[in-house]
Amino acid sequence: MFETLTQRLGDIFGSLRGRGRITEDNVAEAMRAVRTALLEADVHVDVAADFCRTVQEKAIGAEVIKTLKPDQVVVKIVHDELVALMGPVDPRIPYASPGPTVILMAGLQGSGKTTTCGKLARMMLSHGKRPMMVAADLKRPAAIDQLEVLGQQVGVPVHAERGVQNPVKVCRNGIAEAKKLDRDVVILDTAGRLAIDDELMDEIAKVASTTTPHQIYLVLDAMTGQDAVATAKAFNERLEIDGLILTKFDSDTRGGAALSAKKVIGKPIKFMGVGEKLDALEPFHPDRIAGRILGMGDILSLVEKAQQQFDAVEAATLEKRMKSGQFSLDDFVHHMRKVRQMGSLKDIMKKIPGMGGQVEDMDIDDGELTRMEAIVMSMTTRERQNPSIIDAGRRRRIARGSGNDTEDVSAVVKTFLQTRDAMKRMAGMSMMQRMRFGSQLANMGAAGGSMPKLKSSSGVSRRVLSKKDRRKRRKR
Amino acid sequence: MGLLDRLRQGLSKTRARVAEGLRAVLPFGRKIDEGVLTDLEKALLSADMGPAMVARTIDGVRSAWKRGAVKEAQDVIPHVKSELAAMWTDDDRRIRLAPSGPTVIFVTGVNGSGKTTSVAKLAKYFKDQGKNVVLGACDTFRAAAVAQLTEWSGRIGVQIVKHQQGADPGAVAYDACEAAVARHADILLLDTAGRLHTQDHLMRELSKIHKVVERKIPGAPHEVLLVLDATIGQNAINQARVFGECVSVTGIFLAKLDGSAKGGVVMGIREQLGVPVKFVGLGETPDDVAPFDPGVFVDALFE
Ligand SMILES: Nc1nc2c(ncn2[C@@H]2O[C@H](COP(=O)(O)OP(=O)(O)OP(=O)(O)O)[C@@H](O)[C@H]2O)c(=O)[nH]1
Ligand SMILES: Nc1nc2c(ncn2[C@@H]2O[C@H](COP(=O)(O)OP(=O)(O)OP(=O)(O)O)[C@@H](O)[C@H]2O)c(=O)[nH]1
Ligand SMILES: [Mg+2]
Ligand SMILES: [Mg+2]
Repeated sequence: MFETLTQRLGDIFGSLRGRGRITEDNVAEAMRAVRTALLEADVHVDVAADFCRTVQEKAIGAEVIKTLKPDQVVVKIVHDELVALMGPVDPRIPYASPGPTVILMAGLQGSGKTTTCGKLARMMLSHGKRPMMVAADLKRPAAIDQLEVLGQQVGVPVHAERGVQNPVKVCRNGIAEAKKLDRDVVILDTAGRLAIDDELMDEIAKVASTTTPHQIYLVLDAMTGQDAVATAKAFNERLEIDGLILTKFDSDTRGGAALSAKKVIGKPIKFMGVGEKLDALEPFHPDRIAGRILGMGDILSLVEKAQQQFDAVEAATLEKRMKSGQFSLDDFVHHMRKVRQMGSLKDIMKKIPGMGGQVEDMDIDDGELTRMEAIVMSMTTRERQNPSIIDAGRRRRIARGSGNDTEDVSAVVKTFLQTRDAMKRMAGMSMMQRMRFGSQLANMGAAGGSMPKLKSSSGVSRRVLSKKDRRKRRKR
Repeated sequence: MGLLDRLRQGLSKTRARVAEGLRAVLPFGRKIDEGVLTDLEKALLSADMGPAMVARTIDGVRSAWKRGAVKEAQDVIPHVKSELAAMWTDDDRRIRLAPSGPTVIFVTGVNGSGKTTSVAKLAKYFKDQGKNVVLGACDTFRAAAVAQLTEWSGRIGVQIVKHQQGADPGAVAYDACEAAVARHADILLLDTAGRLHTQDHLMRELSKIHKVVERKIPGAPHEVLLVLDATIGQNAINQARVFGECVSVTGIFLAKLDGSAKGGVVMGIREQLGVPVKFVGLGETPDDVAPFDPGVFVDALFE
């Protein structure tokens, strides 16, 4: 099973609890774990080696402060270093004046250039700009059609010349036309090309030297492996890239390509693509991607998703109820419903720190939530407010009412009480503390203990079992 | 030019570079030591073989060395090569053909991996063998995807079954199956929309299309090819697992192997999931396809 770096470091430093300084010996072993984690995340070998050297220097002698264990100190150093390397971010587009601002898109085949042209155009419209796109991919079948469809979807004109061969000319004409039509941004979509294809690299270099773009963006697939470095280097050498756009970050890639490419060419990561739809373009978030690389999960985007579901007022009320321990079963069900609107349980759990790899092996049944809901709906208002009054008689009634066993009712109540307790503790915490707490919960789950909310000792936990557990169960 | 030559030629672009690197690393006559293994490790990692697979490979060399099976640095590469090539059995490359009626090849994968182009290549490949080929344009989602496949069908000279953009892909698959049977096609190639394995609703849609095919033609689809971009990193393992669970992938089409990436992650996929590579893509024209050759592939990792 995939082991997160957090867990691995926990093992390495297991004997070194408490205060003290991190020594050279335990750091060396820790660095091997860090390196493996980076390589699993597709960070380039050389970049990983450099990275480990830096972290090692910072880790040795770092004081193990009271509240943190040595493994957490190392994780924090690694995390901070990753964030530092991938930043700083600057999602602004420097518009030229007088216009039009010319933007050239470049990259390997299928990386997402054409789609990203559409996304950028859409974003620029919202900036009050008047973009135009130029179809300079004259190679791929239906590339022009594709850009024209996108142009219609976002409502921007597309300059296209069918049946011609020379992209340099098309770009030049496109810019001239943009001026005529008073468009203030021109986005040039080019054909995909291999960095080792000299002929096509010459061609795009020629496009660049003729049109002198204000910005040249390299579009890179976030799932790319070790090749990200070679590709980024080659494109940067020929074109002097101004920024990177990493696409397909809506996948579960750990995203080492982003770090590697940024590190070797030193150009900012401007945006990330997070979907096929044209609104799926976001500023790059180094902290989130650092979490992914570490296998800590993408807790921040989970939080953001949650924020979309809960309005601010509701969140504040909830927070208050959590703190005071007044959180009731009604709130619980309400909360569960909101959670379900965020996606499948599996999707959500994948984002919890430390859960990433384990979720793959779990068989999580979203139907459990429906069952929980049915059970709570069969309770009286008083029972929902104060579940401790639920005795055997009430339990039987609720079970009958919701078509479940009494054990299931007990399990729901127990899960609820554990959740309430966990929430009370989490309510006063900072984000970093919550993340740590979250990973502790996850570790408890992994160690076979109970994970409040999802894994309790009976009933409700039934389908939240790892495959191994299920195999065991079947044998019995 | 034979297919093998074509494959060799495609790979030779990158091969020269790697060769230089590795020959510098493993000069003739150098005694094996941990330093040699470290260098070998780096070369394999650079080919996207992934830390776990590389660690196992290196351990294998180390124990062969302790056993005395390899002694000098120049023995290391041939040893590792033969070990890696041996992972791929002859049976891996067999294409399952329908005993009668059309052989249905279902093509899937994440966005932009090269599915549509690979469908075009396979169409040409089978047409050149004298087969009667029909294409089904089941990507009704991406802008101009239907137009793209239509253009390929015209250039190659094969029939295509298509609906409008936005149509139900299952309905296209249904019609394509009917047409393939009615027109006595030998091969039906189904192109599907790119989708990430993490998008549950799109994976459900894929499984629906797959079920339509299963119901329409008994025994179909005969092959389910997952198209992987050779530049892909370790995420390909998740992709192969999830697509495999969803539509029982029978093989990989490793596209874009003409670039600087080597696609080493397929080693891990073969080992962990048992999914073989059946074809490789070596360029953007319909002729740039070859059956997977483990020897040549492994050579390209080293020479
Ligand atoms: N899930 C997801 N898909 C994306 C994203 N960006 C692009 N795509 C998809 O990736 C595929 C390739 O995108 P294109 O925009 O055609 O790529 P391209 O770089 O223009 O390709 P070529 O012109 O052939 O080199 C399409 O299916 C897009 O819908 C993203 O951020 N997330
Ligand atoms: N160099 C090279 N380019 C390839 C190869 N196979 C495909 N391509 C290019 O990769 C890009 C994407 O190919 P498509 O066939 O459109 O990919 P797809 O998987 O169908 O993309 P979506 O349908 O958008 O998900 C195109 O520019 C192709 O020309 C290959 O083997 N080598
Ligand atoms: Mg394009
Ligand atoms: Mg396609």
